[in-house]
Amino acid sequence: MPKPFNQLTAIAAPIMRSNIDTDVIIRIERLVGNNIRGTLGKWAFGSLRYLPNGSENPDFILNREPYRQAEILVTGPNFGCGSSREGAVWSLQEMGIRAVIGSGFGDIFFANCFQNGILPIVLDKAIVDSLASEIEATQGAGRIGIDLEAQTISSPSGKQHHFEIDPRRREGLLLGLDEVALTLQRDDEIRAFQAADRSARPWIYLARKSA
Amino acid sequence: MPGRTLLAKIWDQHVIARISEDTDLLHIDRHLLHDLGGSRGLLDLKSRGLKVHDPELTFATPDHAISTARGRAGTIKIGQELLAALRIETSASGIQMFDIDQPGQGIVHVIGPELGLSLPGCLIVCGDSHTCTHGGLGALAFGIGSSELTHVLATQALIQRRPKSMRVRFEGKIPLGVVAKDLILALIGHVGAAGGTGHAVEYAGSAIRSMPIEGRLTICNLSIEFGAKMGLIAPDETTYEYLRGRPYAPQGEMWEQAVNAWRQLPSDPDAVFDNEAIIDVEKIIPQVTWGISPEHVIGVDGRIPDPSAIGDPARRTAVETALEYMGLQPGAPIAGTPVDWVFIGSCTNSRLSDLRAAAEIAGGRKVAAGVRAWVVPGSETVKREAVAEGLDRLFIDAGFEWREPGCSMCLAANGETVSPGQRSVSTSNRNFIGRQGPQARTHLASPASAAAAAIAGAITDVRAMGR
Repeated sequence: MPKPFNQLTAIAAPIMRSNIDTDVIIRIERLVGNNIRGTLGKWAFGSLRYLPNGSENPDFILNREPYRQAEILVTGPNFGCGSSREGAVWSLQEMGIRAVIGSGFGDIFFANCFQNGILPIVLDKAIVDSLASEIEATQGAGRIGIDLEAQTISSPSGKQHHFEIDPRRREGLLLGLDEVALTLQRDDEIRAFQAADRSARPWIYLARKSA
Repeated sequence: MPGRTLLAKIWDQHVIARISEDTDLLHIDRHLLHDLGGSRGLLDLKSRGLKVHDPELTFATPDHAISTARGRAGTIKIGQELLAALRIETSASGIQMFDIDQPGQGIVHVIGPELGLSLPGCLIVCGDSHTCTHGGLGALAFGIGSSELTHVLATQALIQRRPKSMRVRFEGKIPLGVVAKDLILALIGHVGAAGGTGHAVEYAGSAIRSMPIEGRLTICNLSIEFGAKMGLIAPDETTYEYLRGRPYAPQGEMWEQAVNAWRQLPSDPDAVFDNEAIIDVEKIIPQVTWGISPEHVIGVDGRIPDPSAIGDPARRTAVETALEYMGLQPGAPIAGTPVDWVFIGSCTNSRLSDLRAAAEIAGGRKVAAGVRAWVVPGSETVKREAVAEGLDRLFIDAGFEWREPGCSMCLAANGETVSPGQRSVSTSNRNFIGRQGPQARTHLASPASAAAAAIAGAITDVRAMGR
């Protein structure tokens, strides 16, 4: 069940390369297994964060202060494209990330963020670029403020930007709602749909396997 | 009232309840599980004290983490554990599982169509982004994450925001030596890897109408590389011919009833799309990627981009990063680039027609010295059909390794990797950094182009090797 999200003022790290895919966020071999939760934070961005010999890459932004403390990522276009692996979101979450800001995200990554209480914010590319520039100008000291209730973010210099968010997603984050529990409350509707659909599209409803 | 799109017709048919103006609770007709996330989802459900809502609409097969070596000897320990867990949990829940060495096992996006589980108008989900593949049959199919997977197991439903609609028309006669893979890579190169983000993409046009189903599945497979989690193609006679008689397709009177319903699905002539693109296929030549995003693609007669000629600093840096990772020289022709590995397989290109296309190039020739070339059929059924045609012998005689069905080196989840720094031509779908193994360098291409690269030992224009 996701933790509620309301307000956040935090260090933000710009990772502006376009098309950072979920394979780059977390490599597949870290995700093979049923007990991986809690092990992923140190492997987030592994191929950028570590050199082939396993030591930290000093050039990668999340290995530098104050960005090591980042709770927000400011990202280039199409961040989180590619695989549906929710482990990408888990790994960001486990390294302390609570929000990502960009001009566009991979569709499945975007949906997975909400499922885990991480807020993805879509803004015009020019605003995203200006946020990154402002952060870099303060060498990371300038914080980004996010107010989900008011749907605003504030830049390090205090500029306010409004962002759009699906009202249902907003409520889900603010309250930390469990979608499975909510949908189960509609089980009568689901079963009524199936009963009607069974006569309209009988070929969909295959015989139950005898256990 | 304007006409309706294929997307709208399928979507509306699945609405259980309207959640908000643009968000619905949708019924899921088919839920496909695989070894990487299937048992995890079932265990998650159990830990919440819940049961699978509709086990008869849920199907499982191992593909991601199993070995594709003969006898599956090389399956990594954790892969064996996931396979064991999938067997136990599907059996306990009454879910049909297609196990290794049985007909029906294979890459989840190969077996769905092959078994007739995937049908026109069906809403299909799977915890894998290439679920869009099934759209080739006129299904609305998309990949979901682990949380949504648990949601579907528990409720047989999913809350989704209605995507925007986009139509891509591939028009004209496909030139000789050019195949579905080249068409979709050319589109991604032309519009970009985020070109379809937020959209369900319907592929249409004369080139699609004349394309066999397996090509349509390849086109839809790469929708996610175009940014779209859903891609689909209107069903037609080709679709019905493909599906007729398949094990899970309707039979007899119900078949007639289903086909009549499916005939209503294609977008109305006056349907309006939020976005449109037209691709002239007659100008397309065999494609090959040079970088680390599928949008980094050129014709095989092209040259590797030169960052110094790019004005926009962000784009220049992106190209520099890609070329450094790929170890390529700016401005050099892509053809002639030496390769170490060739991988023919994956949910993109591992069906019988893909193997036949590769075999046509490989037959009677030899894999170049120093190249390791694998053929990994997409399913047990594809494997058996290929063996019956003698394709296994043909590949083995040419110096390819003939393997068991699975995802294998497409995502390297099972320990089957391209070595660091080595260069691969792959029929898969992602040339991402490290996708085929740490520091592996991947060039995406069609099965025939990949076979040609194996024979030549370098990226090569397959049209010069055709017969």
